[in-house]
Amino acid sequence: MIDSLFLINHSGDIFLEKHWKSVISRSVCDYFFEAKEKAVDPENVAPVLQTPHHYLISIYRDKIFFLSAIQTEVPPLFVIEFLHRVGDTFLDYFGECSETVIKDNVVIVYELLEEMLDNGFPLATESNVLKEMIKPPNILRSVVNTLTGGSNVGNTLPTGQLSNVPWRRAGVKYTNNEAYFDVIEEIDAILDKSGTTVFAEIQGVIEACVRLTGMPDLTLSFMNPRLLDDVSFHPCVRFKRWESERVLSFIPPDGNFTLMSYQVSSQNLVAIPVYVKQNISFLEAGSCGRLDITIGPKQTMGKTVEGLMVTVHMPKAVLTVNLTATQGTHTYDLATKVLVWDIGKLNPQKLPNLRGSLSMQPGAPKPEENPSLNIDLKIQQLAISGLKVSRLDMYGEKYKPFKGVKYLTKAGKFQVRT
Amino acid sequence: MDRGFPSLRSEAAGAVRTMLASAESLQLTLKPELSQEEQALTHTNGKPKETHKAGNEDLKEMLESNKESLKLEAMKRVVGLISKGKNASELFPAVVKNVASKNIELKKLVYVYLVRYAEEQQDLALLSISTFQRALKDPNQFIRASALRVLSSIRVPIIVPIMMLAIKEAATDLSPYVRKTSAHAIQKLYSLDPDQKEQLIEVIEKLLKDKSTLVAGSVVVAFEEVCPDRIDLIHKNYRKLCNLLVDVEEWGQVVIISMLTRYARTQFTSPWKEDAVFDENNEKTFYDSDSEEKKGPTEAKPYMMDPDHRLLLRNTKPLLQSRNTAVVMSVAQLYWHLAPKHEVSVVTKSLVRLLRSHREVQYIVLQNIATMSIQRKGMFEPYMKSFYVRSTDPTHIKTLKLEILTNLANEANISTILREFQTYVKSQDKAFAAATIQAIGRCATNISEVTDTCLNGLVLLLSNRDETVVAESVVVIKKLLQTQPTQHSEIIKHMAKLFDNITVPMARASILWLMGEYCDRVPKIAPDVLRKMAKIFTTEEDIVKLQTVNLAAKLYLTNSKQTKLLTQYILNLGKYDQNYDIRDRTRFIRQLIVPSEKSGALNKYARRILLAPKPAPVLESAFKDRDRFQLGTLSHSLNVKASGYQELSDWPAVAPDPSVRNVEVIEPVKEWAPSLGKAKQPKSDAKFYSDDEEKEEEGSERSTSSEDDSSSSSSSSKDSDSGSEEESSEESEKTSSGSGGSSSGSEKSSSDAESEQRQKKKTKKRTRKPAASDSDSDENGNADQASSSATESSSESESDSGSDSPAPQKKAEANTQPKMAVKSKKEVSLLDLDDFSPVVTNAPKPSVISSSLLSDLEGLSLSNVSSAVQVTSPSFGPVKTYELLHHMTGKGLAAKYHFPRQPCLYQPSMVSVQVILTNNSDHALEEIHIGERSPASLNVHCFNTIERLEPGASVTVSMGVDFSDSTQAANFQLCTKEDQFGVSIQPAVGELLMPFTMTEADFSREQRNLQGMNETSATVTMATANTPRQAISKQVLSVANVGAVSSSQDNMLRFSGRTVSSKALLLVSLDLKDSSAVLLTINTEKTVMASMLLRDLTRALAQA
Repeated sequence: MIDSLFLINHSGDIFLEKHWKSVISRSVCDYFFEAKEKAVDPENVAPVLQTPHHYLISIYRDKIFFLSAIQTEVPPLFVIEFLHRVGDTFLDYFGECSETVIKDNVVIVYELLEEMLDNGFPLATESNVLKEMIKPPNILRSVVNTLTGGSNVGNTLPTGQLSNVPWRRAGVKYTNNEAYFDVIEEIDAILDKSGTTVFAEIQGVIEACVRLTGMPDLTLSFMNPRLLDDVSFHPCVRFKRWESERVLSFIPPDGNFTLMSYQVSSQNLVAIPVYVKQNISFLEAGSCGRLDITIGPKQTMGKTVEGLMVTVHMPKAVLTVNLTATQGTHTYDLATKVLVWDIGKLNPQKLPNLRGSLSMQPGAPKPEENPSLNIDLKIQQLAISGLKVSRLDMYGEKYKPFKGVKYLTKAGKFQVRT
Repeated sequence: MDRGFPSLRSEAAGAVRTMLASAESLQLTLKPELSQEEQALTHTNGKPKETHKAGNEDLKEMLESNKESLKLEAMKRVVGLISKGKNASELFPAVVKNVASKNIELKKLVYVYLVRYAEEQQDLALLSISTFQRALKDPNQFIRASALRVLSSIRVPIIVPIMMLAIKEAATDLSPYVRKTSAHAIQKLYSLDPDQKEQLIEVIEKLLKDKSTLVAGSVVVAFEEVCPDRIDLIHKNYRKLCNLLVDVEEWGQVVIISMLTRYARTQFTSPWKEDAVFDENNEKTFYDSDSEEKKGPTEAKPYMMDPDHRLLLRNTKPLLQSRNTAVVMSVAQLYWHLAPKHEVSVVTKSLVRLLRSHREVQYIVLQNIATMSIQRKGMFEPYMKSFYVRSTDPTHIKTLKLEILTNLANEANISTILREFQTYVKSQDKAFAAATIQAIGRCATNISEVTDTCLNGLVLLLSNRDETVVAESVVVIKKLLQTQPTQHSEIIKHMAKLFDNITVPMARASILWLMGEYCDRVPKIAPDVLRKMAKIFTTEEDIVKLQTVNLAAKLYLTNSKQTKLLTQYILNLGKYDQNYDIRDRTRFIRQLIVPSEKSGALNKYARRILLAPKPAPVLESAFKDRDRFQLGTLSHSLNVKASGYQELSDWPAVAPDPSVRNVEVIEPVKEWAPSLGKAKQPKSDAKFYSDDEEKEEEGSERSTSSEDDSSSSSSSSKDSDSGSEEESSEESEKTSSGSGGSSSGSEKSSSDAESEQRQKKKTKKRTRKPAASDSDSDENGNADQASSSATESSSESESDSGSDSPAPQKKAEANTQPKMAVKSKKEVSLLDLDDFSPVVTNAPKPSVISSSLLSDLEGLSLSNVSSAVQVTSPSFGPVKTYELLHHMTGKGLAAKYHFPRQPCLYQPSMVSVQVILTNNSDHALEEIHIGERSPASLNVHCFNTIERLEPGASVTVSMGVDFSDSTQAANFQLCTKEDQFGVSIQPAVGELLMPFTMTEADFSREQRNLQGMNETSATVTMATANTPRQAISKQVLSVANVGAVSSSQDNMLRFSGRTVSSKALLLVSLDLKDSSAVLLTINTEKTVMASMLLRDLTRALAQA
């Protein structure tokens, strides 16, 4: 299936290669570089490419291209999903997924890749299983290892690999038993010029942090499970019980994981927490334009809106901006033409406003389209869909855990057309 | 098979012995050889190589030292070299010695090295073989497995017999992990030596029988690689694989599903037959009987699905909820290729969900949706908005979304889509803007109602500043005109005028071609264009020159008096052109059109050759032919057959014998490892829990927890209090619900009123309900019933469990229990319909929609000069449904209508009405259409005749009615093939309006003009004090289709609209005088309407 993997940095250097079958020369990447050259923006590179003898499937994340070479038919999503899983594993092990960190930990990376694929087919991708085989780096251990010649590699088969609960290792012990759940919802919306909602939907995930001793069996239930329209689960969730009782019943993995992601029924009207009054205009004759943006609260359910930020991708012709904000700071990146207005907390009494003039390249034609505004925001302690967790029960263990639920609403792809 | 073993073993042993001997001798001579080579290298390669060598020398020393830590350090550096792609092969002898090291990490790194370089240094690699052979007998399963992994990864042909032996032994290992590894080794051996195929198939056959979920995925991969055509191996394992599927690891699921898709296409008959009858009973009995006794082949006339076919569909469905996108996609393709047509739509929602995932995932999923949406629009139409383009999407995603939107376009949604396209045309991404223009062209050809509108819009685009946009418009207009060239001489003239300003060669060529093709429609202009072209002929691009020659020839044939000399001049220029294509063409044309002695017979037919009617080009999707590939495959993604692609066979006409899949006894699947499986039966679940509860009772302070749920719920709620965050959140919510009490109250009452209405009319159409009121009412409900009302909550969950469809429950009711139960039932049936009938569109029509399409497309002329006032879309779209025809009176045909508040496509003076026709009878209704109407002058745009409506199906059609600004009912007859029923549409006065945007200043100016007898006003007392502005404006908007005008004053609400038919302005203003009274003023020339609207509004506000 997956024959070889190349990691390529932003400027096009191959800094790591790994082969699971016969060695494929790195010259195969030249086809990819050609496509990359053509696409200008790295995000525009097509994920699937064809070369005379190989197929190249690539992903781009954290400024690194993960490029896999393939020789025969394979579902492209299979490869893409796996490559992202590799990236996730790096993130999990090293805290970030960047060129430097991969180069620094090249031995662990190699050991991981060796365990994750056998002959191009995924072998162990569960974080819990991998961590039992290859221990994540930390300073103390690396010092001890260099002194004693000890190793980072376990020599027994992780229990997870054999059971049908591969996501949980046996013999977990904690002094403080705790289970925390974060309900995080994102609003995806497109608003048009007049503030009308063109499209809006709510997507949510439940992130869990479970540190419980032994083999607990948890049941999480909701006040209003009917809100959930479409769901996808971590493999640990018993689907049959969800279908019949609408509760989440599962043996949790140890540590942090995403329990489920869901979509709120599109029939419900989505509450849009802020409104935006904007006026961006470019004058036909003079080489200047005006910008005036005001943001105010709309449906916030009585909560404060925080972390408010407006990002505008200006047309190429805009040279500089001369703006004043009543609240927060604004920056304009001359190279990328991105205006960022970081507002912070939204005060309903005194609405933040950004206004001023834009100076344009002299002689350039007036841009045809006004740039759209991308809004970022956070509302603590609120799930905008109204979803509520009603209770969490634990079976299978005797102790009494700490439990907690936190709600958070964020703006996802929230765009205002102007 | 076993007969061959001893001989094979001795053979292998012999081979290895000789090899080891030769290797040993090699090793003896190795040292000097290598150093010689090194010397040679250092001599030839000069300095930089030297330092590199020195580094490797250093490594070699470290590897040969006695200290483990030094060795490990050296190996780490070697791995670093490998990862960078640097050659470290000369260290092979030094590294390979450490293969037997006790240090596990060192050993593993040596393995990494071995696998990488063994192929290059085959002889040396043999030194390590004996170590692996020993490890294969190790008591630790992990070591056995990793030894087999490395052994099989060493691509040295000479050890094939050893590998074969090892694989055979590992395939019978007690540990499933080792067996899994052996399945992987099969493929490695096969790629090394394909001659081993027969023996390997034997091993595969054995492993396929394995009951462990660990092995299943890997062995199917081996099967697919080695012998994908040996379908017969699957028969006996088919049911087992289906049943295991849910528990197999995610990657294995993908390959098993795609293998089973192929299998099913060879073994079952097609479920897509027209007259397919789905016998629920048959299914039921199958579900009930867990015994694996199968009935004989069901080849009776009405199609009945093979139970095994059903088993596959049933067992894969839960996997749609997987977090792994590849699994979801593979289930989707399985349903697409195997499920009956009406069941395919269950995958829609999951596919749309994948669009939230990474960019690359989106790309692949959108490609597949594009292919699916060509054949089955209905599947994705309700999710149309998920395909709206964002300015931040990468270009390839944008174009795919555009493709899908174009595929989804139909009469009902075209105005929404075109409005969306209008935004895209202005995009800064010009490639995308050009693609949008093509998409508009495709919509125009596919939907005849909007052809003219689109054409006009495109013509306006011709004056765009951007060349690519103009060029693309010209090309698309050319294609459109070709499809219906009748009355478009105006457009051709317009293009001729623009000709001088257009510089893109393709566009110029297209205009010239149009001129020539339709020269009889523009007899005056065409020769003039030719004259201009003659002047600048030499400076043009080749493609333009060719078309100029073409134009000249055509004009010569139709209008030789005026153009004879011009044509000759152009032909002369062409004769001496630098490009031989042009010289060729000129010569050919000259012979064809200019009569001379030599020209012969062809000359007579010149006119018929050049001016033959040409077939219009078909504008169709680029994804049209992709359905030849299985969805989700690499081949589909590239639209090229990839190597190793397995074609899906067509359904067999007669199903092969199903009894081959019978297995004598099927034991319940058991994992031998731990006992903690996914509990399947609720029964065993309960037992499991109660056991634990008993234990708890003994051990913990929860002395009362052995009872039912209720007490444990209270205790758990106590527990959750210990999470401090939860507590604080609850508190703050309480306060918020307190402050927002009045608003939620009003909303609730309004929603109650709504639901009452709905019950009265028994409509199934759901109205949208704000999420806000949802959550509020929920909170209130739960707060009222206190935290420990466990009986309540448990009964609630029971009613939940009654509806076990995974589809959404749209509303969380805070109503009383029985009511809820009834409602939920109704909804379930509705949802079933939703799930299983793709063509039926009972999803809510978009209620936030475009305003007048005409004015929109006028707006296409990217000039930012916005007129002072313009029509906007309504900000609120309540959909109240009215009954048009009850199914009792309509002999099974039921009709409902609502006002979508969408500008009418057909005529701007019409109000658009959407009618939902449902067939409640037990036979199909045919030829549903609109018959006579009264008053006879009534101007109605009818929907197209519906040829056939299946029982239980429903269809939404849109029609336009010109009420000429009166509330007089429109009466007409709704006819089927047999019957006709008189029906009438009575519009509320508020529906006869269109929202209209204006600034506050404009509003007050217009209001001043409409005073005196044009003003009507009343004071309304609100039911509740301090109603929030939002609630009031929602009330107003629900009554009348007007647009809100932004207001600077806090106590004023303003709305503006125009009557649909006569376009008279209508202004509504509300002055919130004090907490409960509102002064309502309406200014319009239409005084009758004003008074009626005033009445409606007063009533609505008083109720609010």
